[in-house]
Amino acid sequence: MVAVPRVINTTAVRLSAMFILLFGACAVLTILYMTTVAASFVIRETRFAVESEIGELAQTYSIGGLRTLVRDIERRSRRPGAFVYLVADGRGRPLAGNIGDLQPGILESSGWKGQPFKYARAGETRSLSEMGDSAPSAVAYVLPFQNGIRVIVGRDLADPIRFRTVVQRSVALALIMVGIGAFFIWFLVGRRALRRINAVSAASDNIIAGDLSQRLPVSSAGDEFDRLSSSLNQMVDRIEKLNGGLREVSDSIAHDLKTPLTRLRNRAEDAIRNGETKDDYREAMHGMLGEADNMIAIFNAMLLISRVEAGYTKFTPVPVDLGEIASDLCELYEPVIEDAGGHLKNNVRHGLVVNGNRELIGQALTNLLDNATKYGLPGGGDITVSAMKTSDAVTLSVIDAGAGIPEADRDRVLERFVRLDASRTSNRKVRGSGLGLSLVSAIMKQHNGMLELDDARPGLIARLVFPIGAFKNPS
Amino acid sequence: MKILIIEDDKPSAEYLKKALGEAGHGADIANDGESGHNMAQSGAYDALIVDRMLPKKNGLEIIADLRDSGDATPALILSALGEVDDRVTGLRAGGDDYLTKPYAFSELLARLETLQRRGLGVESETLYQVGDLVLNRLSRDVKRADQTIILQPREFRLLEYLMRNVDRVVTRTMLLEHVWDYHFDPQTNVIDVHISRLRAKIEKGFEKPLLHTVRGAGYVMRE
Repeated sequence: MVAVPRVINTTAVRLSAMFILLFGACAVLTILYMTTVAASFVIRETRFAVESEIGELAQTYSIGGLRTLVRDIERRSRRPGAFVYLVADGRGRPLAGNIGDLQPGILESSGWKGQPFKYARAGETRSLSEMGDSAPSAVAYVLPFQNGIRVIVGRDLADPIRFRTVVQRSVALALIMVGIGAFFIWFLVGRRALRRINAVSAASDNIIAGDLSQRLPVSSAGDEFDRLSSSLNQMVDRIEKLNGGLREVSDSIAHDLKTPLTRLRNRAEDAIRNGETKDDYREAMHGMLGEADNMIAIFNAMLLISRVEAGYTKFTPVPVDLGEIASDLCELYEPVIEDAGGHLKNNVRHGLVVNGNRELIGQALTNLLDNATKYGLPGGGDITVSAMKTSDAVTLSVIDAGAGIPEADRDRVLERFVRLDASRTSNRKVRGSGLGLSLVSAIMKQHNGMLELDDARPGLIARLVFPIGAFKNPS
Repeated sequence: MKILIIEDDKPSAEYLKKALGEAGHGADIANDGESGHNMAQSGAYDALIVDRMLPKKNGLEIIADLRDSGDATPALILSALGEVDDRVTGLRAGGDDYLTKPYAFSELLARLETLQRRGLGVESETLYQVGDLVLNRLSRDVKRADQTIILQPREFRLLEYLMRNVDRVVTRTMLLEHVWDYHFDPQTNVIDVHISRLRAKIEKGFEKPLLHTVRGAGYVMRE
C-alpha cells in the first residue's frame, strides 16, 4: 500500500483536487444564478398573470359593484389551480376568497407585494404559526375599496419553489458525480503515474548502486514519462560509455606502464644477482634509466592528451604557417627516413596560414611523420607531405606507402593505448606507446579540426583538417 | 659555479644539491619562496633553480621581482605543470630556461651550464674554434685544418650551437629547441641521425674526433 503523504504529493492528486474545487465553485455559482434568475422570472410571470386577473375583476366591479365582485371572487376561488383571493373588511376579517389566514402586515398597505408572504388556505385547521415554514407562500396585489374593504389577488408560489428545488438537486447530483469522477481520475492517472515513477526510482536506485547496464522502463505509450525515461536512458548510455572508456584507459595504463616497470624491475634484479663489475651495474642502471624515461614519456603524452581533451590546455591561437612547420619537420625527419631506405617529399608551399599553436601542430605532424617512418616504409618507399586549401578547410596530409590501417580499425587507433596487433607483433622492433594518434586527434580537436585516416592504396593518408574560421578572432 | 636551489620538496632539493656537488657546483637550498627571494637578493649566486609552485611566494614572482630590481642572475624554472603556454609565461616572467618535472639530471645540468655560459659573452664572438675546426659566424664558413667543409644551413646551426657550448654537454631536447625551435621530446632518433651526418662531414678524413656522444645525456664538442 502506498503511504498517504506520498499519494497526496502526486501531481495527479493535486490536479484532481484543484479540478474539484474549480468545478465545485462553478457549480455553486451556477446554482445561485439559476435559482435567482428562475425565481425572479417566475415572480415576474406571476405578476403579469395576477395583473390580468385584476383587469378581469375590475371589469366585473365596474359592471356590478362590490357585491358582484365578491360573488365572482367566491366563484373563481373554487376553480382548480385557482389564484389566491381574499376579501377582507376594515378590521382584516375575511369576507370571501380562499385565504384562511395571512401573515400579519400584508393588509396594512396596498399595491404589489413582490416579497413572498405566508398564508393559510381557507379550511386549514392549523394556524399559520403552527405550520411554520411548511405554510404555502404567495405574491399578491392588495387593492383598497370603500369602507376599509381590501381585496387581495395573488398567486401561490409552490410551483416555482419546486422548480428551484429540482435545479438545486440536479446541481448537487452533478457535484457528486464530479467528485466521483475526480477520484477515478486520481485512481487511473495518479496511481498509474505513481507506479511508473516507482519503477523509474527502482531502476535509478540500481544505477546509483553501480549497475550501469540497467535502463529505465519505457512503455509503448510514448507519453511524457517515456520521453523523460528515454532521455535519462541516453544519459546513462553516455555515462556507461565514458565509464567503459575510463576503465579501458586505466586497464591500458596499468598494462602499458606495468610493462616498462616490470622490465625495469627485472633489470635491477638481474644486476643484483649477476652484476660483478662496476661496469655491469652501470650498464644495468643505464637500461633502467631508459625504461624510466620511457615511462615519463608515456606519462607526459597521457597528461597532454587528457589536458587537451578536457580543454585545459590554454593557448592563444595565432596565425601559424603550415608550410614553415612542414618544411622544418620534413628537414628534421628526412635523414631518418633516408636511413630507413625511404624518401621524403614535401609538397607544402609556404604561406599556408591557419590559426593555432605552432608547438601543438608541430607535435601532431611529428607524430604522423614518426608513424610513417615506423610503419609506412616496408623496405623503402615514399612518404609525401602535402597540403590542400579548399573553401572551408586547410588540410595537411602525410601519405605513406606502408600497410595502411584497415578501415575497421581507423576509429579505434585514435583511442588511447590502442596499438594494432600488426604493430605490436611487427618483425621490426618498433616501440610505441599507442598514444601517438590519440595525441594528434586530441590536438586537432583543440584546433576545432580533426584527424582523418584514409586509404592511399597502398598505404595510409593521415590528414590534419583545419576548418577555415575555426578561430575567427585570434586575440 | 654557485647555485641557489629554491624548492619546497626537501628530498628533491637535497638530491639536486648532491648531484650538483658531484658535477663540481656548490649549491644552497631555500625551502620557500620568501627565504629563496631573500637569499637570491644577496647576489652570491651564479644561477638559480626555481620551482614554480612554492609556499609563500611563487617562483615566477621571485624571478619577476629580481628582474625588476635589476638582478639578471640566470634562472632555470622547474615546473610540474607542463602546459603548452607555461614555458611562454615562465620565460616572459624573466626565466632563462624552463624544465618540466620529472626531468633527467643530465638535462638539468646541461641546461644550467649553458645558462651560465650565456652570461660570459660567448654569443657575441664571431669565431668559434674547437681544435682545428673553425666556424665563422659572419661569413658562415666552416673549415677544418684549412679545408672548407660544406654544410647545409641546418647543419651549420647545429654545429654552431655545439661549438658555442664547447666542453659542455648538450641534450637532444636542447638541440631540438635551439636548432629547430620546437620544445617537445624528439621521440625517435631523429637528432642522432642529424648528428651522425654532421659528424661524418667534420670528422671524415681526420683522425681526431671532436663531436662526442655522452651516453644517457647527449653530445659534447671537445678537443
